[in-house]
Amino acid sequence: MGNYIKLVVLGLVALFALIAANFGRDLAYQVNAITFALAAIVTFVYTLRNTGGPAQTVDLSGEYMDGVVRAGVIATAFWGVVGFLVGVTIAFQLAFPALNFEWAQGYANFGRLRPLHTSAVIFAFGGNALIATSFYVVQRTSAARLWGGNLAWFVFWGFQLMIVLAATGYLLGATQSKEYAEPEWYVDHWLTIVWVAYLAVFVGTLVKRKEPHIYVANWFYLSFILTVAMLHLVNNLSIPVSIYGSKSVQVFSGVQDAMTQWWYGHNAVGFFLTAGFLGMMYYFVPKQAERPVFSYKLSIIHFWALIFLYIWAGPHHLHYTALPDWASTLGMVFSIVLWMPSWGGMINGLMTLSGAWDKLRTDPIIRMMVISVGFYGMSTFEGPMMSIRAVNSLSHYTDWTIGHVHSGALGWNGMITFGALYFLVPKLWNKERLYSLSLVSWHFWLATIGIILYAASMWVTGIMEGLMWREVDANGFLVNSFADTVSAKFPMYVVRGLGGVLFLAGAIIMCYNLWMTVKRSPAVEATNHVVPAE
Amino acid sequence: MAKKPVQKQEVDTTGHSWDGIEEFNNPLPKWWLYTLYVCIVWAIWYSIAYPAWPGIKSATAGYLGYSTRAEVAADIAEVEGRNAAINEKLASVELASIADDAELKGYATSAGAAVFKTWCAQCHGSGAAGAVGYPNLQDDDWLWGGSVEDIHLTLQHGIRSETDDDTRFSEMPAFGDDYLEDEQIASVVNYVMSLSGDAKDASLVEAGSVVFAEDCAACHAEDGTGDRAQGAPNLTDAIWLFGGDYDTLVETVTYSRKGVMPDWNERLTEAQIRAVATYVHQLGGGE
Repeated sequence: MGNYIKLVVLGLVALFALIAANFGRDLAYQVNAITFALAAIVTFVYTLRNTGGPAQTVDLSGEYMDGVVRAGVIATAFWGVVGFLVGVTIAFQLAFPALNFEWAQGYANFGRLRPLHTSAVIFAFGGNALIATSFYVVQRTSAARLWGGNLAWFVFWGFQLMIVLAATGYLLGATQSKEYAEPEWYVDHWLTIVWVAYLAVFVGTLVKRKEPHIYVANWFYLSFILTVAMLHLVNNLSIPVSIYGSKSVQVFSGVQDAMTQWWYGHNAVGFFLTAGFLGMMYYFVPKQAERPVFSYKLSIIHFWALIFLYIWAGPHHLHYTALPDWASTLGMVFSIVLWMPSWGGMINGLMTLSGAWDKLRTDPIIRMMVISVGFYGMSTFEGPMMSIRAVNSLSHYTDWTIGHVHSGALGWNGMITFGALYFLVPKLWNKERLYSLSLVSWHFWLATIGIILYAASMWVTGIMEGLMWREVDANGFLVNSFADTVSAKFPMYVVRGLGGVLFLAGAIIMCYNLWMTVKRSPAVEATNHVVPAE
Repeated sequence: MAKKPVQKQEVDTTGHSWDGIEEFNNPLPKWWLYTLYVCIVWAIWYSIAYPAWPGIKSATAGYLGYSTRAEVAADIAEVEGRNAAINEKLASVELASIADDAELKGYATSAGAAVFKTWCAQCHGSGAAGAVGYPNLQDDDWLWGGSVEDIHLTLQHGIRSETDDDTRFSEMPAFGDDYLEDEQIASVVNYVMSLSGDAKDASLVEAGSVVFAEDCAACHAEDGTGDRAQGAPNLTDAIWLFGGDYDTLVETVTYSRKGVMPDWNERLTEAQIRAVATYVHQLGGGE
């Protein structure tokens, strides 16, 4: 019966999407509508083929739902490589503007590719990593199969559809011009539906857990899911110009809009890239190190301090703007107090290894996780420092900011995700071990050197550019034109691009290694049976 | 390295286990906790000292009386105060005499360079070497004159600026609009090319010279050396604003160009305009 309702709904969705494509006022909208219709039609056919057969009676409640996690692992690796590749491309477009080819104007110039890069790495790579690992971790630490049956699969495919809609939209010029929130209104609506389903699956699984307490990783995951929902809803409040067009108009305007945007933007970092990934850290580091977490007390205190403080720190993105001074002060003050709560996660991650430090020599996966936590600590020190008004007056609008973001994104988010993928693949595909640990080492060194080239070149160019902008002569007149600072940055832009190439090369080696693990590594018996720890 | 003697005795775990993960009951690291306290105390002090806490209609101003706007206003006032006397002098002396006063010229040049890099570099380049459609200001080829007075007038009123009635204005007709046949344009272009180099088709030069004498010489002069009073470029010096190849010249003659420079007397002060005039004048081509 349920399938018949699904078929009716899917048929209607496909029909409406096709009607929308027909009346669509711009190309991006039409392409997105057709994509949406295709997704609905494929799902319709799939559902139809599984309708009317004998009802399934196999009881799966004693088994973890790992298929969707496997799919998530593949998606994470795939989108990771795509996102890094676009990143390398735009890095070289900045160094060599001729790479903004004439024939690709309006589709593949820097302006169109830049949001494609940021969304691909943050939401497609990072988002898939978070969804996949949260599904894995919440099952293991709750000793319960994912709640909601195929709803988890809806979350997975719905999220991929969101990515494709957003990405094609960017290339065709659909954007609401809000950093990290570029997708237009209908993609936002779709993501809202997917996200509510994600929350339901996660909370549903926690509710039916067989462990007495909720593990710390799940606090972080839950705070990430809930807060991202809130941020997404508020920052994307907009009114479509037409239901048949991609353009929409923001509800807020002026400095209120800017403040809302950076409240969102900063907490996308805080809850997506920090809290969510701390959830990953809290599971995979102790698992891989086979050591207990350093301090339960620290995990409680730094969790609540982190999520309370992060949400107020956004105004530090708007120092010396139309934003009133009081808001700017508060943003800075909260950012500084945030320093120690952020470091609580680093301490818990690193100290978990005490008594197992020798593993750094033998286990490149642990090495990856440790350097990830190290970069986390470094960027959560650098962040509060850059939020100080006096520092910000030098660093703001310079490449230092870009370097800061990437030491966090490549170092912390990237490395912990790679570590998690290396951990997960043998387990999910029932393999004894990874195909090659020496390839993991290669990945580790390529990625680490890549990050260092990236961050160091951006520090140099950022500080240089900040100093050049404010350089005045004896009479108080500016010495450099903007174009002077741009041309001075060229060598560092090339170094940055090379750093990106190394990081990308490491990720491709990882994909090969994971692929060969699935293909070649000796098989072992499946371990996806639900067993409460005690 | 010597091996560590005895491992410190480990604290208990909390007694829970999730998928094999346990948690130690370690206390908060002291340095961590005290640093957090210091940050909090500092935060409270800072938010009292500086504008911070919002009320219904306004926010606390902070006992230091700090404001970013007041800070930048004070910086600007300080520089303006320091330069007030020399700015006044710059705005009032005879233009031509600026170059004779070393102090004034030095000031005007560095002030003019700063203004140039902010307002002029977008079109003329940060080194003033120009670009297609935007004159090179380093050479001695001037459309409207290269004396400091001429440059000053151009800066004040711009070229073909719609917002200034006194703007410099010249209008080359779009000869493709019923003035000349395509063959005539082809021939006159060949003639113009021959003035400073080789024509594309030498056989058309003769015919082109007739067209030139009839339709172009009134502004560009009979010998093609142009007329600064009308802003008509010199066509014999091999310096081209939009390009001197055959196709570009055909396009120029057919459609005309009509480049625009804004008038600056609304946006810049007289002292600033004079500073830019001095800066451009000393770049190399000043007359």
